[in-house]
Amino acid sequence: MLRVEGLRSGYGRIEAVKGVDLEVAAGEIVALVGANGAGKTTLLRAISGVQPITAGRIVFDGASIEALLPHARVARGIAQVPEGRQVFAPLTVEDNLRLGAFRRGRAETETTLAEVYALFPVLAEKRALPAGGLSGGQQQMLSVGRAMMARPRLLLLDEPSMGLAPLLVDQILEAVVRLRAQGLTVLLVEQNASAALAIADRGYVLETGRIAHAGAGRALLDDPRVREAYLGI
Amino acid sequence: MDQLLQFVFSGLTVGAVYALVALGFTLIYNASDVINFAQGEFVMLGGMVTVFAVAAGMPLPLAALVAIAVAVATGLALHRLAIEPARGASAVTLIIVTIGASILIRGLAQMVFDRQFHALPAFTGEEPIRVLGASILPQSLWVLGGAAAIVLALWLFMERTLLGKAVRATAANRLAARLVGIDTTLVLALAFGISGAIGAIAGILITPITLTSFAVGTLLALKGFAAAMLGGMGNPVGAVVGGLALGLLESLAAGFISSTYKDAVAFLVILGVLFVLPQGLFGRRAVERV
Repeated sequence: MLRVEGLRSGYGRIEAVKGVDLEVAAGEIVALVGANGAGKTTLLRAISGVQPITAGRIVFDGASIEALLPHARVARGIAQVPEGRQVFAPLTVEDNLRLGAFRRGRAETETTLAEVYALFPVLAEKRALPAGGLSGGQQQMLSVGRAMMARPRLLLLDEPSMGLAPLLVDQILEAVVRLRAQGLTVLLVEQNASAALAIADRGYVLETGRIAHAGAGRALLDDPRVREAYLGI
Repeated sequence: MDQLLQFVFSGLTVGAVYALVALGFTLIYNASDVINFAQGEFVMLGGMVTVFAVAAGMPLPLAALVAIAVAVATGLALHRLAIEPARGASAVTLIIVTIGASILIRGLAQMVFDRQFHALPAFTGEEPIRVLGASILPQSLWVLGGAAAIVLALWLFMERTLLGKAVRATAANRLAARLVGIDTTLVLALAFGISGAIGAIAGILITPITLTSFAVGTLLALKGFAAAMLGGMGNPVGAVVGGLALGLLESLAAGFISSTYKDAVAFLVILGVLFVLPQGLFGRRAVERV
C-alpha cells in the first residue's frame, strides 16, 4: 500500500533521514522504532507532505505522491496523528473532530463522528469543551479520533504513548489494534519500542536516519541487538 | 456633559473604523503571523474607488461594490504576488514586504486617481440627530451599524461554518491544520481577501465624514495596528474593543487637550502597551495542558 524508496529529508544542512526504504502492506501494523532524533518524525512528516524531501519516492496505492500537497494526500487516504497530539486547543472537541473530516462529505461525517464517539466515549461527554482543556490522554484520543474522521486507509501514528500513563498507553494501542481489525493499515512510530513491536506485524529500527534492522515484530522484540539497544533489557 | 457626549459619539465613529482595520490585521496575523501594513491601503481603496466610480456616473451602491471588489482583488494579489513567493521567510521579512506593498499601492493610487482630497455624499442626509443635547450625524450611525454588521458576519462565519473553523484551526495550529487536509495557503488567501473587503467597507462608510485621499492609508494602518496591539494582537474581540477605545481616547484628547496632538494618542497607546501590557487587554493567557 505504501512504499518509500531512498527517502532523504532534513533541516537546512542537517540531514535527518538519509535514504530510507520501507514498505507497508494493506492491513498491516508496521512499527518504526528508534531513539530520539533517529528521524522517525521527519519520515512521517515527509510521508504526509508537511516536511520537504530532498530525494526519494513515496508511492501510495501504486502512484507517486511526493509531489502532492498535504491536503491532496489526506484526500487520497493518508491521515496522521502527529507527535505531541497537536489538537486545535481553542476549538471544541467536536469541532476538532469535524475538521478532521474537512476533505469528506457531510453525510459521511455524521456516521464517522458516531463511530469515533463509540470508540472513545469520553470525547462524546466533552464534545462541547475546548480541546485545550482535556487531559493528555484525552487529547491523544481526540487526535486519533480526528485522524479517523478523514476515513483514512493508512494511519500514521507519531508517538501516541508520549507522556501518557501506562494504562492510557494500553488503551490507545488497543484502539489501534481494533481499528486494524476494521481494515485500517497502520504505520506506528514509537520510542516505546516494546509496546509498539508487541502489537506490530513487522517493524523497522531507525538509527540516525537509516534503517538498521527490519523484521517481524516478535522477531525484533527477541533480537538481542535490538533488545540491548532499544529495550534496555 | 453635552460636550463629553459629543466627543464620545465622534470617538466611537472613528473608533469603529480603527476596529475594522484592527480586525483585518487580526485575521491575517492569525492565519500567518504576518502583520499586514498594507491594511490601511484597503481602506483608502474603498473610499477612492467609490469616489471615482460615483464621479464616473455609477450609483453609490454599485460604486461601493466595485470598490470592495477592487480591494479584495488587491488583497488576493498581495498574497499571491508578494506573500506566497516569500513563503518560509521570517515574519519580519514578510512584514517589510507588506510595507513595500503599501508604498506601491499608494503610488499607483496617486497615479490612477489624483492627489486631491475627496468626499462622498452622506448615505442618508446630513441633518444631525439630537441625542441628549449632543448631535450625531446619520452617517455615524451608518459607520457604527456597518461595523457591527461586519463583526457579526465575521463572528458567524468563524463560529458557524466549517470553512471559518478551518481558519481558526489554522490560526491555532498550522501543522495540524495541514495534516487534517486544510489547504493553509488557501486559508491565508481567504484572510487577505476578507481583510481587503473589511478595509474597503470601512473606507466607504467613513469617507462622507472624514474625506479621503491616496495617502490616508498609512495613518489608518498605524492606528489600526495600535488598536490591535491595545486589544491584544490576534484577538478579534480585542481588536474591536481596542479600536473603539483608541477612537474614544483620540476624540477626548482632541476635545479636552488639543486637536494638534490627536494623532499622537495612537503612538502613546503603542508605547504604553509595550511598556505596561505587552499582551494587550485580551492577550493570550489561555491555559493549555501539554
